[in-house]
Amino acid sequence: MATPLLEVADLACRRGGRRVFERLSFSLGPGELLALIGRNGSGKTTLLRALALLMRPEAGTIRWQGVEARGEPDVWRGRLGWLGHLEGLKADLTVAENLLAAERLRGAPPAEDRLDSALVAFDLSSLAQRAVRTLSAGQRRRTALARVVLTQAPIWLLDEPLNALDAPAQAAFREALATHLESGGVAIAATHADLGLPGGRTLELGTPT
Amino acid sequence: MSGFAALVARDLRLVWRRPGDVAVVLAFFVVATTLFPLGIGPEANVLARIAAGVLWCAALFAALLSLDRLFAADFEDGTLDLLLLAPWPLELAALAKCCAHWIVTGLPLAALAPLLGVAFGLESSVLLALSATLLVGTPTLSLIGGLAAALTLGARKSGALLALLALPLCVPTLIFGAGAVEALASGGDFGAHFAVLAALALVALATTPWAIAAALRQAGE
Repeated sequence: MATPLLEVADLACRRGGRRVFERLSFSLGPGELLALIGRNGSGKTTLLRALALLMRPEAGTIRWQGVEARGEPDVWRGRLGWLGHLEGLKADLTVAENLLAAERLRGAPPAEDRLDSALVAFDLSSLAQRAVRTLSAGQRRRTALARVVLTQAPIWLLDEPLNALDAPAQAAFREALATHLESGGVAIAATHADLGLPGGRTLELGTPT
Repeated sequence: MSGFAALVARDLRLVWRRPGDVAVVLAFFVVATTLFPLGIGPEANVLARIAAGVLWCAALFAALLSLDRLFAADFEDGTLDLLLLAPWPLELAALAKCCAHWIVTGLPLAALAPLLGVAFGLESSVLLALSATLLVGTPTLSLIGGLAAALTLGARKSGALLALLALPLCVPTLIFGAGAVEALASGGDFGAHFAVLAALALVALATTPWAIAAALRQAGE
């Protein structure tokens, strides 16, 4: 394995009074994908939220290129492309407005010139001016994935990215993910389905207690 | 565009897309205040005496009406996670949300209040003072209301809880806002009341964004 970019050591999280996982360690080098698998309630989403610093782990460290993420939380967050269980889209804004607003909220440079390629990647060009509330579940998921692509963030954290996607949309996601990994990024995805990319590693989280 | 300006712009755009939400707030303010002259009768002295208190109370209730959705919508659609993940201080995001709320509620309420004050027989100088106190006082209502909205995020009956939390904290602003207008009408010291009102706004500005951010982080977990 190449020199690790992301190193997670002895991570432990507690939720609702119970320990979800403990002593969880892994590392990812450039271009590596980690699929989190496990039953409902096994802690996949909790792990993703802990990695994003959306919740405080009970113990453990998260390092990016040797630097503790919690030491520079704003810098760390700026490196994340996030797809949560919820899409994170405003129903009354159009697809294009949602994507551009999300980029502006990240304080990123103007994204208008990058917008088209993100829309094309998920076949959203014809829907760009449609309000999100008029879209199907799959179209919303594609929009949320396009938002992740638009970030150009080196770390993708994805919670069930294939949810509600039809076969062409799943293929588009795999292509976008492959491009991200080829460019040296890393990705961690909680999933119940096969992500369909060769060489990806898996981490099975324990049975919920 | 900074993240702060982007968030204000996004929230204003959302209000523009759903103007009914603001219209309800303003309609409530108009209806609530005009009920008093109708109920009490055309006694000019009585109306002028209660005008400041009535208009300030109605403005407070109107501002609270729209506050329960301030963070709840972001919480429900997942955009709160994007705010929590933004690489700039969450305290500024909290302030941006309250700022947008003030622009679409506090500002129109301050503009509308003098028109309604006419129904209470207030003089023009008092009408201007009323508007000025609301301009300075309503940011406090948005900030305190924002804190209550963040603390009640995800709670059942959050609207009622929000009112129970916010109303007591808004009492000083209500007292000095209405008091300033009454002082001017009765020849008292408007400036002293107004200065305290402004000080309350500054205290809210200096403290609530941190508390709101802490409550949002807690809700995000």
